[in-house]
Amino acid sequence: MALTDIAIEVRGLTKRFGDFVANDHISMQIKSGTVHGLLGENGAGKTTMMNMLSGILQPTSGEILVHGQSVHLASAKDATQLGIGMVHQHFMLVENFTVLENIMLGVEETKGPGVLNRHDARDKIMALSKRYGLSIDPDAQVADISVGMQQRVEILKVLYRNADILIFDEPTAVLTPQEIKELLAIFRRLANEGKAVVLISHKLKELQAVADVTTIIRRGKVIDTVDTKTTSTEKLAELMVGRHVTFQRERVPMPAGPEILKITDLRVVDKQKVTRVHDFDLTIHGGEIVGLAGIDGNGQSELVRAITGLMPTAGGQVTIAGQDRTGATPRQITRSGVGHIPEDRQRYGLILPMSLVDNMSLQVYTLAPYSHHGVLNPKAMIANTENLLSEYDVRHSNIEEPAGSLSGGNQQKLIIARELSREPQLLIAVNPTRGLDVGAIEFIHQQLLAARAAGHAILLISYELDEIRQLADRVAVIHDGTIVGQAETNALSESEIGLLMAGETVSGKEEMLNAH
Amino acid sequence: MRIKNLRFGNLWISVTSVILGMLVGAIIMLLSGFNPIENYVSLFTGAVGSPNAIGEVLREATPLILTGLGFAVANSAGFFNIGLAGQALAGWLASVTFALAFPHAPGFILLPGAILAGAIAGALWSGIAGFLRAYFGASEVITTIMLNYVALYATNAIVKGFLAKGDGDYSPTIPVQARLRTPFLEHLTQNSTFHWGILVSLAAVVVVWWLMKKTTLGFEIRAVGMNEDASRYAGMSTKRTIISAMLISGCLAGLGGAMEGLGNFQNIIVNTALPSIGFDGMSVSLLATGSPVGIVLAALLFGMLKIGGLNISIASTTPPEIVDIVIAAVIFFVGANYLIRYLSVKLRRHPRQPEAVASDTQPEAAVAERAAQAEEEGEDTK
Ligand SMILES: Nc1ncnc2c1ncn2[C@@H]1O[C@H](COP(=O)(O)OP(=O)(O)OP(=O)(O)O)[C@@H](O)[C@H]1O
Ligand SMILES: [Mg+2]
Repeated sequence: MALTDIAIEVRGLTKRFGDFVANDHISMQIKSGTVHGLLGENGAGKTTMMNMLSGILQPTSGEILVHGQSVHLASAKDATQLGIGMVHQHFMLVENFTVLENIMLGVEETKGPGVLNRHDARDKIMALSKRYGLSIDPDAQVADISVGMQQRVEILKVLYRNADILIFDEPTAVLTPQEIKELLAIFRRLANEGKAVVLISHKLKELQAVADVTTIIRRGKVIDTVDTKTTSTEKLAELMVGRHVTFQRERVPMPAGPEILKITDLRVVDKQKVTRVHDFDLTIHGGEIVGLAGIDGNGQSELVRAITGLMPTAGGQVTIAGQDRTGATPRQITRSGVGHIPEDRQRYGLILPMSLVDNMSLQVYTLAPYSHHGVLNPKAMIANTENLLSEYDVRHSNIEEPAGSLSGGNQQKLIIARELSREPQLLIAVNPTRGLDVGAIEFIHQQLLAARAAGHAILLISYELDEIRQLADRVAVIHDGTIVGQAETNALSESEIGLLMAGETVSGKEEMLNAH
Repeated sequence: MRIKNLRFGNLWISVTSVILGMLVGAIIMLLSGFNPIENYVSLFTGAVGSPNAIGEVLREATPLILTGLGFAVANSAGFFNIGLAGQALAGWLASVTFALAFPHAPGFILLPGAILAGAIAGALWSGIAGFLRAYFGASEVITTIMLNYVALYATNAIVKGFLAKGDGDYSPTIPVQARLRTPFLEHLTQNSTFHWGILVSLAAVVVVWWLMKKTTLGFEIRAVGMNEDASRYAGMSTKRTIISAMLISGCLAGLGGAMEGLGNFQNIIVNTALPSIGFDGMSVSLLATGSPVGIVLAALLFGMLKIGGLNISIASTTPPEIVDIVIAAVIFFVGANYLIRYLSVKLRRHPRQPEAVASDTQPEAAVAERAAQAEEEGEDTK
C-alpha cells in the first residue's frame, strides 16, 4: 500500500458520557507513514477518542474507517485484528507477571492445546526488542522494573501484535530526557517503515521534534490541523488553550525565611534491606523552592516516603518547622503543615472508585467543618469540593463521579488543588505538572510561586530539568541515594546538572557544590 | 441520578441471579420428573400464604439481616469474614448464658444485657482475627475458619459441662423476661416463632447505613477497602480501621446469634455443625451486593425460600433438598456476578439502534466497561 494511504479516518465521531459530550463530531484523517500529533487541554477528549479507535469505548455516533473500510470496533480484540495498537496513559501491565508474560498476554502462542510456547514467543520478542532498540529484561517481574522499561514493554506489546497503526497516549510523561530522545527516534523509524503513529503529548517541543502534522482539539471539537514544523510553540499553545500562554516565570527575590525542613544524615532502607538513601542532608527555608534533580530510581521515591511518614527511616533526623518529625505518622506530618503531591497519582494520590467529593476531602475529613465528633458534614465537603474544582479548573461532569473517570491531567489537578488549598508551610511536590497541558502548567507554576511568596517552603522533585530551572532558587542533585552537589540554580548549566545526575563531577565547581 | 443508576445495575444482577437460580431449579425438577410450576406455587403459598408462614419467614430473615450486614461491613474494608458462623455462635452462647445467670433480674435490664452480651462476644471473636491480620498479616480467611471450629467445639463443651442439666445436650430455657418471643406476636401470627428481634435487625440496618455513609469511621473503612496505599497517604491508620471493621462485623454476627438464642430457640444446644446463619448471611450479603436495603430484601427472599421450601415436600413427593439446590444456584449466579456484568457490557456493545447507547451509556457503565475490558485482557489498571 502506498505511503500516503489514509490509515484511519473518523467522520463525525461523537462520544457522550451522560449529558457530557467528550467528543463532539470529530472528523480527521491519519495517514500511514506519518507521525500525527494530537494536542489539547486536559479533558479535551484525546484519550476518549483514542479509546474509541482502539475499541475500548464505543462511539455514541459517527463513523470510523480503517484503510478506507468502515468498521465497528466492539472490543480491543477487534482493533488488534485490524492492526490498531494503543499504549495507554496509565500503564496496563500485570505487576506480578514477568515482562515476557505481559507481552504475550492475550495472544499467547501455544504448542498443543493450553500449552504456552514460550520459546518462540521469546525469540520473536527479543528480535523486536533488538530491532527497535527497546531494551528489556524478559524475565524480570513488572513490579520490579523502572517506569522507562515498563513503557518499552508496553510498546513491545503493541509491536508484538503486528500493529501498523500505533497510538501513544502521553508516552513521555514519565520518561527521562534521554529516554524521550530514544523514544522519539523510534517513532520516526516506525513512521518511516510505513506505520501510522499517533502521538498525544502536552510537550510542544516533542511534537515539534517528531510530528509531521498536529491536530488540535479543544473541548471535544477539532480546532485545526497544522503543519507542526512551521508552527511556533506559542502558536500551538494559543490554538490549544484559546489564549496567550507565557513560558516565562517571574521569581521575585525573597528574604531567607526560617528553616522549615531540615534533613540530617538521613538513611532509608527498603524491605529488601537495600539502602536507598544515605548520608542525606538538606535544608529548605521559608520562601524558598529547592529543586531536587536526579535520574529516576536514585532514591527520590524513598526519600519522599520517609519524609512523609509512609516509610520508616533507618537513621538520621527530619525536622519540620523546628520540630523533630522523624518516624512520625503520615497524619502527624500532614497536621504539622505538610502538603504532598505524590509521584504516583493513582496509587497514592487518589482512591479512584470514590467520588470527587471524597477524594477532595481525603486530607481534611477529620477536621471541622468537614466532620464533627466523627460525623461527616457532606454540605461542607461538597462546598469545598465545588470551590476547588472551579478554582483549579478541574474539568468534570459531576462531583459525585468517581475520580477514575477524570482525564489524567484533571486527576493531577484535583490532587494539586487539594494539597495547595491547605496552605502547607512545606510542600513536597513530585512531578507536580506531569500530564498537564501548558495552560494548566502556567497556572500551577504561578500557584507554586505564590506559595513561595507567602513564605512557604517547597521541595520540588522533577524529572523535567526545565521545570526546576524555571522555579527553583536552589538546585540539589541526587545520585545513588545522596546529594552530590547543590548550588544556586543560575550557577549551574543544564549540562553540568546532567553530569552530576550521572554521578560525575563538575571540574572547577567542587567547592561551590559542597558549600551548603 | 448517577447513584440510582448504579444501584439499578446491581439490582439487575441480583434479580437476574434469582431468576436464573430458579430456572436451574425448575430444569432439575423437570429432569427428575417433578412439576416445577406446581412446586413453585406451593413454595410461594408456603412462604406467604398465611400469617403463620409470614411470621416464620420474618423470623428466618431476622438473624440473616444481621449476619449479612456483618459480612458487608467487613467486606467494605476489603476483609473476607468467613467467621460469621463462629461469631454468631459466640453471641448465642453469651446471650443465653447472661440470661440464665440472672434469672431474677427485671426484663428491662436482662433483655438488653443479654443482647449486648451477644454483641460483645461476637465482636471479641472476630476481633481476634482482625488483630492477627492487622499486626501479623495473618490471612483472615484462614484465621476465621479456624476460629469457627474453635467456637463450635468450645461452645459444645461449655453447654455440656456447665449449662446442661445432668447428661443433657441443651441448656435450660431462658427466663421469660429475657425472651424475644411474646404471646402477643404468637397470637398475631397463629403461633409462629416470630419474635421482636426483627426490630433489632431493622435498627441495625439503619445504624450500619448511617455508619458507613455518614461517619468518618465509615469513610475510612470504605477508603481502606478500596486503596490501602492512598488511605495511608491520607493519614488513616489501616490497622485501626481493619480492626474496627472486624469488630463491627463480629458484633453484628454476635447479635444474629443472640436473636437465635433469645428468640428462635430460647436456649442453647450442643450443635453438630456451625449455625447456618453464618454462611447464609454471606450469601445474603453477596446477593444484595452489600447494600443495606438490599440485605433486608435478600434476607426476606432467603426466608421465603427456606420456609416455603418446607411446603414443597408436604404438597408433593418432591424432596425438600430441591430448595437447597435453588438457593445454591442463586448463589452461584451471584458469584458469577462478574460474568453477568461482563455479558451486560457485551450486550450493550451491539446496540440495535445507535441512539439507544447515547441515553444509557452512563459514566459508571463506561468505567465498568473499561474495567471489564482490562479484565478481559487479563490486565491490571496500574
Ligand atoms: N468514563 C467516564 N465517565 C465520565 N466522564 C468521563 C469518562 N471518561 C472521560 N470522561 C470525561 O471526558 C473528558 C475527556 O476525557 P479524556 O480522558 O479524553 O481527556 P484527555 O484529553 O485525554 O485529557 P488529559 O490530557 O488530561 O489526559 C473529561 O472531562 C472526562 O472527565
Ligand atoms: Mg488523556
